[in-house]
Amino acid sequence: MKILRAIVRLMIRHATVVLLLAVLLSFSLLSPKFLVSSNLVNILIQSSSLAILAIGMTFVLLTAGIDLSVGSAMFVVGVVSGKLVISGLSLWWAIPLALAVGMLFGLVNAFFIVRLRIIPFIVTLATFYAGRGLGLLISETRAINLPESFLQIGSSRLLGIPMPVLILLVVLLLAHFVLSGTQFGRQVYAIGHNSDKARKAGIPVDRILIGVYLICGLCAAIGRLVALAQLGAVSPTFGYQNEFMAIAAAVLGGTSLFGGKGNILPGTLVGALLIQAIQNGLVVINADPYLYPVVTGMVIFLIVMIDSLRHKSAQKALRTKTAA
Amino acid sequence: MLLKLQNIRKSFGKVEVLKGISLSLERGQILALIGENGAGKSTLMNLLGGVFTPSDGDMQLNGNAYLPDSPIAAQIKGIAFIHQELNLFPNLSIAENLFINQFPIKKLAGFSLIDRRTMRERAVELLRQVGLQIRPEVKVEELSPAQQQLVEIAKALSAHPQIIIFDEPTTSLSRHEANQLFELVFQLKAKGIAMIYISHNLDDVHLLADRIAVLRDGELVKLDVKEAVDIQGMVKAMVGREMSEFFPARKVLPDTKRLLLVENLTAKGFVTALDFHLNRQEVVGFYGLVGAGRSEMARILYGLDRFDTGNIYLNGRLIQKPNPADSIKNRMAFLTEDRREEGLLLGMDIQKNVQLAALSRFSRGIFRRIDRKRAGGQVSDTVQSAKTRYNSVTGQPVSTLSGGNQQKVVLAKWLLTAPELLILDEPTKGIDIGAKREIYGLINQLVEKGSSVLLISSELEELLGLCDRILVMSQGRITASFTKPMFDRNAILEAALHKQSETLPT
Repeated sequence: MKILRAIVRLMIRHATVVLLLAVLLSFSLLSPKFLVSSNLVNILIQSSSLAILAIGMTFVLLTAGIDLSVGSAMFVVGVVSGKLVISGLSLWWAIPLALAVGMLFGLVNAFFIVRLRIIPFIVTLATFYAGRGLGLLISETRAINLPESFLQIGSSRLLGIPMPVLILLVVLLLAHFVLSGTQFGRQVYAIGHNSDKARKAGIPVDRILIGVYLICGLCAAIGRLVALAQLGAVSPTFGYQNEFMAIAAAVLGGTSLFGGKGNILPGTLVGALLIQAIQNGLVVINADPYLYPVVTGMVIFLIVMIDSLRHKSAQKALRTKTAA
Repeated sequence: MLLKLQNIRKSFGKVEVLKGISLSLERGQILALIGENGAGKSTLMNLLGGVFTPSDGDMQLNGNAYLPDSPIAAQIKGIAFIHQELNLFPNLSIAENLFINQFPIKKLAGFSLIDRRTMRERAVELLRQVGLQIRPEVKVEELSPAQQQLVEIAKALSAHPQIIIFDEPTTSLSRHEANQLFELVFQLKAKGIAMIYISHNLDDVHLLADRIAVLRDGELVKLDVKEAVDIQGMVKAMVGREMSEFFPARKVLPDTKRLLLVENLTAKGFVTALDFHLNRQEVVGFYGLVGAGRSEMARILYGLDRFDTGNIYLNGRLIQKPNPADSIKNRMAFLTEDRREEGLLLGMDIQKNVQLAALSRFSRGIFRRIDRKRAGGQVSDTVQSAKTRYNSVTGQPVSTLSGGNQQKVVLAKWLLTAPELLILDEPTKGIDIGAKREIYGLINQLVEKGSSVLLISSELEELLGLCDRILVMSQGRITASFTKPMFDRNAILEAALHKQSETLPT
């Protein structure tokens, strides 16, 4: 009985991992084509763009902020880099420029949030619309097809590892070290718990918030280039709703929307893998495409429910502890 | 002379909060600073801590002019301020909290990484100094309030302070934990650190202080060595009147009609087989240690928490499933222990807060439009009678009031609706003596108007002075009952402690 309860508690604590395993298991039962190594590698490649995006989002969420503009930022990045490459600019110039555009988005967000003290939700809602419009203006609502050289990056391998996965790995490790191993990272958590307290403790809150939105913009740009290298074209709906996918991945991974709680490794990574595994699995079993968002929504609901259960049981434990 | 203040004045706008204070402090000395809320204690300490700058006067530290322009500047000069509300981040580890703004750093390939080993070593050393034997990797949220306080002190020590200011450090501590804190205070004193100790607990003040300074209305009304001031003298200096006036007799006696009857109330893990009743216009006190189940009982009665078995009757009617909305309809009112979080809308002004409880009585017509004029008039009346120190009933957010005044606003709220059953959970926690007295007066006023009160308090004096009956709880059970005037202080204390030690496991 005691062991059973301990197992249940362990499963609740690692609900996302358990759910990921459950999803892998059920799809593999439904289709023999799902749980094969080539498809698993596929899931990894497909999820790399989303995971990178969600990593940036995690930084923002940890400060109790939110960035709704990343999808639009991705779109602008895609359009700008697409235009540049088509007009003959070499990739060596186009890529840094694209990254700069992403960070510029972050900087604009940070300016309004830090200097003008407008809440992140409103600021990034504005840049979400502005960015989408800007991208449509630049692209004249036409799809931009990218040259073969761009696509080659997407399918190339280094030491046998697909390029998108490699980029994800680098971003993942860097972000993890920044969050857990630097003063900046730990202060991000402090601000997320209570920014007033953080200010009182002498933490440079404004500088850190700027940094966080820059990181989010940069991750959006990197994530977008990775996606571009796989798709080869920028359509007018490119990056659309990706901000919600990124938020979902981070929240699935255990990051709190109230700030101060969560991590990238394993949290956000597992969250992104879970979302992608479900999408991939639904494709493999030939489910109706309109069903995808429904299933994703249900999974988010389930996780949020588990999260609230987890919160409640922690509170109950605390109350009985003080009562004893 | 370590610290010398001469003729310090501070005004906010036209209001002069400090009217020429002169104080001094030497190495290894403990100065207690007492006074009512609003007497100017916090303002004075905020001048020292670099939060405000004085309007006039001279501050010297080690013979040099001392004029910090920020808390960090004060910290660098060696003055640490331990606030009542701890400035810790519960989601981070102890070590991370200790070094939140100056992590030990090592360079790795151009990156500045946290040097976890050095951090751990230094954290262990700091924790040793405060006598906390917990791994520095443990998250602060897993610590008890007392342990968190020690972490805060360790954090202060990391800056090698000459002076530590404690603002009400014992409010969230048990007696035992407070005593451990005092031991630490004496250790720090022996090391030559000077301390300024602010507290409403005059017994503690008398135990700790070398000298006692009493502030009243921004003036230093008494400054003397401990031996020359007793507790009566402190109270008198603080409020300017005698202690016996504290519990004025009520003009009414409890009715024989029963208002509340609780039978065999059990909520597993919290309360067990509670049996008690409350008559009309009666005040029944609940005494017990923190965690004895008193607050849980109150939450159940009001409908905030569920119970497993038992019956609750109000006016002879069985209450099936208590919930807050029905409780309000049944004219119950619950003043929670944590008034800052639950009792008030801190961002709103006094009028809106007071009206909130009685909105329906001020609304007219089919759209239930609020009759602002009538509401406004009644509100000023009630707030006046609550003697709240305020600038304006409208436009001033409640968050800017002191704790005691906030509490009075909460009570004024209920004065307007005149509830039948009032449950008060630690109504005077962290409140100064003058405000306490006014709150006692308000409670009496409510009872005279017809309310019955369940009063939960950890201050025995308060219960002895206010209650018609006192019930003692221990480990979720009622262990003793006393009726006025047969209150026996020792028997009450024993009943609260007795069972605890008897059933203490291992």
